[in-house]
Amino acid sequence: MATAYDNLPMDDEEFDESQVDFTDLEDQYQVRLDEGLDAFVVIDGLPQVPEDSKAKLVKFVLRKLNSVGKVKEDGVHMPVGDDGKTEGYAFVEYNAPSEAVAAVKQLHLTPLDKKHTMQVNKLTDIDRYGKEGRVDEEYHEPHIEPFQEKEHLRSWLGDSEGRDQMVMFRGEKVGVFWNNKEDAPEPVVDRENWTESFVQWSPLGTYLTSMHAQGVQLWGGKAWSRQKRFAHPGVNLVDFSPHEKYLTTWSHRPLQVDENHPVPSLSIEDDGKNYIIWDIATGKPLRSFTTLDMPTSTDAEGNPVKKKMQWPTFKWSSDDKYVARMTPGQSISVYELPRMNLLDKSSIKIEGVVDFEWAPATPKRDGIKTYEQLFCYWTPELGSNPAKVGLMTVPTKEVVRTRNLFNVSDAKLHWQSEAAYVCVKVDRHSKSKKSLATNLEIFRVREKGVPVEVVDSLKDTVINFAWEPKGNRFVLITAGEIPAGAAVPPKTAVHFFAPEKLKGGAPGNFRHVQTVDKKNSNGIYWSPKGRFVVVATLQSSQSTDLDFWDLSFDQPKDEAQKGDKELNANLKLMASGDHYGITDVEWDPSGRYVATVASAFRHHMENGYHMYDFKGTLLREEHIDHFKQLIWRPRPATLLSKEEQAEIRKNLRNYSKVFDEQDQAKKNTANKAVIEERQRLLGEWLEFRKSMRQMLEEEDAVIELNNGKILRDEDGEVEEIEEIVEEIIEESEEVIQ
Amino acid sequence: MRPILLSGHERALTQVKYNPDGDIIFSVSKDHVVCAWFSHNGERLGTYHGHQGALWTVDVDPTSTLLATGGADNTMRLWEVKTGKLLKTWDFPTSIKRVEFSADGRQLLGVTEKRSGHLGTIVVYEIDPDPEAKQSDEHILRIVCEDSKPTVAGFSYLAHYIIAGHEDGSVSQFDAKNGELLYNTQVHETDMLITDLQWSQDRTYFITASKDKTAKISAADSLEVLKTYVTDTPLNSAAITPVKDFVILGGGQAAMDVTTTSARQGKFEARFYHKIFCEEIGRVRGHFGPLNYVAVHPQGLGYCSGGEDGYVRVHHFDKGYFDFLYEVEREKAQELANL
Repeated sequence: MATAYDNLPMDDEEFDESQVDFTDLEDQYQVRLDEGLDAFVVIDGLPQVPEDSKAKLVKFVLRKLNSVGKVKEDGVHMPVGDDGKTEGYAFVEYNAPSEAVAAVKQLHLTPLDKKHTMQVNKLTDIDRYGKEGRVDEEYHEPHIEPFQEKEHLRSWLGDSEGRDQMVMFRGEKVGVFWNNKEDAPEPVVDRENWTESFVQWSPLGTYLTSMHAQGVQLWGGKAWSRQKRFAHPGVNLVDFSPHEKYLTTWSHRPLQVDENHPVPSLSIEDDGKNYIIWDIATGKPLRSFTTLDMPTSTDAEGNPVKKKMQWPTFKWSSDDKYVARMTPGQSISVYELPRMNLLDKSSIKIEGVVDFEWAPATPKRDGIKTYEQLFCYWTPELGSNPAKVGLMTVPTKEVVRTRNLFNVSDAKLHWQSEAAYVCVKVDRHSKSKKSLATNLEIFRVREKGVPVEVVDSLKDTVINFAWEPKGNRFVLITAGEIPAGAAVPPKTAVHFFAPEKLKGGAPGNFRHVQTVDKKNSNGIYWSPKGRFVVVATLQSSQSTDLDFWDLSFDQPKDEAQKGDKELNANLKLMASGDHYGITDVEWDPSGRYVATVASAFRHHMENGYHMYDFKGTLLREEHIDHFKQLIWRPRPATLLSKEEQAEIRKNLRNYSKVFDEQDQAKKNTANKAVIEERQRLLGEWLEFRKSMRQMLEEEDAVIELNNGKILRDEDGEVEEIEEIVEEIIEESEEVIQ
Repeated sequence: MRPILLSGHERALTQVKYNPDGDIIFSVSKDHVVCAWFSHNGERLGTYHGHQGALWTVDVDPTSTLLATGGADNTMRLWEVKTGKLLKTWDFPTSIKRVEFSADGRQLLGVTEKRSGHLGTIVVYEIDPDPEAKQSDEHILRIVCEDSKPTVAGFSYLAHYIIAGHEDGSVSQFDAKNGELLYNTQVHETDMLITDLQWSQDRTYFITASKDKTAKISAADSLEVLKTYVTDTPLNSAAITPVKDFVILGGGQAAMDVTTTSARQGKFEARFYHKIFCEEIGRVRGHFGPLNYVAVHPQGLGYCSGGEDGYVRVHHFDKGYFDFLYEVEREKAQELANL
């Protein structure tokens, strides 16, 4: 095939390329030529030694340098100054440029002794950045941006009606709304494509987090402006420290940061990392980590078991002072904030460790005056050693309590929200490994010597467990054995536990209160203020029920349970609900409302939400196609003291009166608006009908005016014929004697 | 009152109609048979046999003497109501999706399907109301819709206009004398099929139902949308109730999708909305397939619905239905009574 270029005009023969000034393009597209210097590094910060000790120093430095690559023979050139001493720097040539890069990455800022720290840079970099003219000879005062007032990040707490906010993610839109009980939520802000995958609140509700391919953004303030940006290309998950000081981002893809892929605020040291821990206030990364290679275990048939990643991987202590990561089966590394240095420069070796959990509040152990944080961990049976649960205190790294356990299949650690108890849910198998049962080992952290109470009355396996927030009661769900090949999941039973009431009000031993069996429930959702709990069936095709329980129901005295020891609970099922397709249950932070969500993340049937009040009255239901998330905005801890709170509780009646009046007034104005609107609609309609009627009359439309019936002549004099039909069904004759 | 279940059809219902007196219900289904029923007790009065394919549509003239039907056998037929005699058959190249008499019963329109090179058309025939008379073979009007095929159509008051609903969600107004397109407006969402068009009793306004999950009332002369009823399911039918200011909407998930999801997803309910305030006031369950058509008793005494499940359900309204009034309506009625 002939090319079409044949008939291109050839009139640019006289064109002289040398006439054109290409310098601007050359500058712009300057290609960094391989000058053969890529294998060179420059070392700074070496001690200055007399010439005769130079060989010794070279040997010493070489030992370090050869740890990352092979230095060429005679590859170290250390210049000697006029005074016969070395100048404190050296040029080193590696065998390959990649080794030089590795040297820069790993050896830069390595301490040699107390006084000297080695600085390793690529020769080409020094050439490039340190070239004459690139660095200004004169010192310039850095320009400090004038102070700009930031928005008040907690203004939403000042709502005069004390309402709570929630974020809703539906379709491509993300909006923040005020909860208005049964009325439609009032929009605060609503934006298209605010996030690319999901949204998340920070733990105190200050920031709304949006996820993007380039990284994470935080939003807040009255105008919902962007507060911070954290560039982490390909980020998948994000986690905040409890006090919103720090942020962890994670991507399954290792970071790629080099000259060709610069990422703002990240340096070449972060290349290949998966986790970044950020300081939220400055927006700067503190330290980055790679994902640990999990030893791939195999199941009974020899297939590799895909381990689920634990998230959060980096767990924060309750006061943001420490963050820890576990190397499964080996150790726990605790880092100190804000420097992110390893506590005591070494990981805590705990052979076999499977899981650990920080105390969610600063523990107040009996007789301990010094500062401490606690975490709880467990190790499985190793050889002839029993399984162990331990409590370790940080920063002293002392084990304050351990407990040996036998026949352990699995264990889960559940802290009570004030760190007063930690319950270890231990799944135990029988000797034959055929049947499973669950024990609860409850550590009473605040009591002297941390006594452990065992609840072993459960015959089945516990599939879910939850402490009452700020309380000492708990709810758990057990499931029977699953018969092999059964399509229907086994029935579950919901158990309520409470401590005995001792003299003086101290909580005694935990006792079983009540069991509700033949349920399908699998989720336990305590009100954040305690007392009320929702037990729900989620992600089941069989049932979707919700039970609202009150654990401190006020009962008339004569009906109160009579037992040898009174329990600190009085159980009452307040209401039951049903929400088809429910996937999530969300209590609002004040414990007044419960939102249940059918999320499009899980399925596409009847997506939307239901709004209940705490006692299970359905206030509102809304179906929204592609409804994905509803999350309440968390509130920071109250600033009121215990006494002030008690005072309010005492005068609750007076306060509620004010709010009731407000509600009533609001309802009245709303009703009035609705009535006015209806009056208008009705008026307009009647007007329309009147004009139509008039038009028909003018057009003499007889049939239409008679509602579509044709008037027939005989219609005037209708004759009504009444027919009486008598039917003789049976006739019999009886002779009466 | 308990609904009466008419279980005479073997396949999905496609249309049900009351005669103007409201004592007879005509129903057509995909099983080729037209049935007539007594509305007060659900007894079957008779059947009309002859069609060779699924039936899509039926209409009865204002005097209850003539019955028109149309179906997938590419014929439109005229029957004598009383005897079941086939009076006339009109043949077409494609199936008939909708038939409707004008208010005076002297004109009959048919909507033909667009298929195999034939465009969708609306044809109009002159009808002699005498069952003994010979009906004309030739249409008096033929409207060809080149842009988007018509799915439903009807005569406005005094047969001034022919209003048609289209596959693309638009509504057209034609001059019923010469077939000229006067106006076309996008009433429903673009490319959302209009599934039904029913008239108010005086034919000055009409309601359209669409797959876009809404029903809308528009004025016949201006085509201005007066009311919109928003639901959460695709709609197949919408009817305006006389006496009370309500509308009844029927629909549900498309029949082909039903097996893939749970029954409660289907939303096979008749929904009552207030005509003026556009608020939902009630639902009637019972069908286990989508509702293909809802028809209201001409005197507003009840309604019936035909479902994909093959049943017709006939409901008679109770006292509570007639007593129900919004406070605003009650006040207005009081006001008018005092004048």
